[in-house]
Amino acid sequence: MSTQDAIIAKLQDGLAPVSLEVENDSHLHAGHAGSPGTGDSHFSVRVVSEKFEGLSRVARQQLVYGLLKEELAGPVHALAMKTLTPAEAD
Amino acid sequence: MSDNPVFERINQEIGGNDVVLFMKGTPVFPQCGFSAAVVQVLNHMGVPFKGINVLEDMEIREGIKEFSNWPTIPQLYIKSEFVGGCDIVREMFETGELAQAFADKGIELQDA
Repeated sequence: MSTQDAIIAKLQDGLAPVSLEVENDSHLHAGHAGSPGTGDSHFSVRVVSEKFEGLSRVARQQLVYGLLKEELAGPVHALAMKTLTPAEAD
Repeated sequence: MSDNPVFERINQEIGGNDVVLFMKGTPVFPQCGFSAAVVQVLNHMGVPFKGINVLEDMEIREGIKEFSNWPTIPQLYIKSEFVGGCDIVREMFETGELAQAFADKGIELQDA
């Protein structure tokens, strides 16, 4: 399973999102300091889930980071996030 | 958890400075686009801040992630409180919440 697929699977599982988009932005960061150059290092996520209801921005992202702990300890170096509730996404 | 000795150093930094940014590189020479983006927002707003270059200090680099339960750099603190990383800072800047947060905490902005 690719890193991108693993991210999708874990967020589907953990957040039961109404909408989920995961993009691999690694090519935009190739060659900068600290970039591993694996093509599997930088992702952006836009996720809409009821689970974010009542949570601060920090708590929402901590929830996502928690679900992707393994990926962040491994290949993933950066994760840009938009974490929205269904009401905010309208 | 609190027995991690680096936490004391982190507490000293965030307690001794109103606005602290843990970043890759320095405010003048950021070495990562996400760190650079936060520096740009702070400079644009005219916020005096202390930048801490985690690339020069492995202990802080790993310690800060555990301290805030946040696995990535940059990380912004206002008056010892963790505000967020690049996405959150940018969002809060765009909505005006960041200016409000500085005002609420009594941080004076300089004319940028």
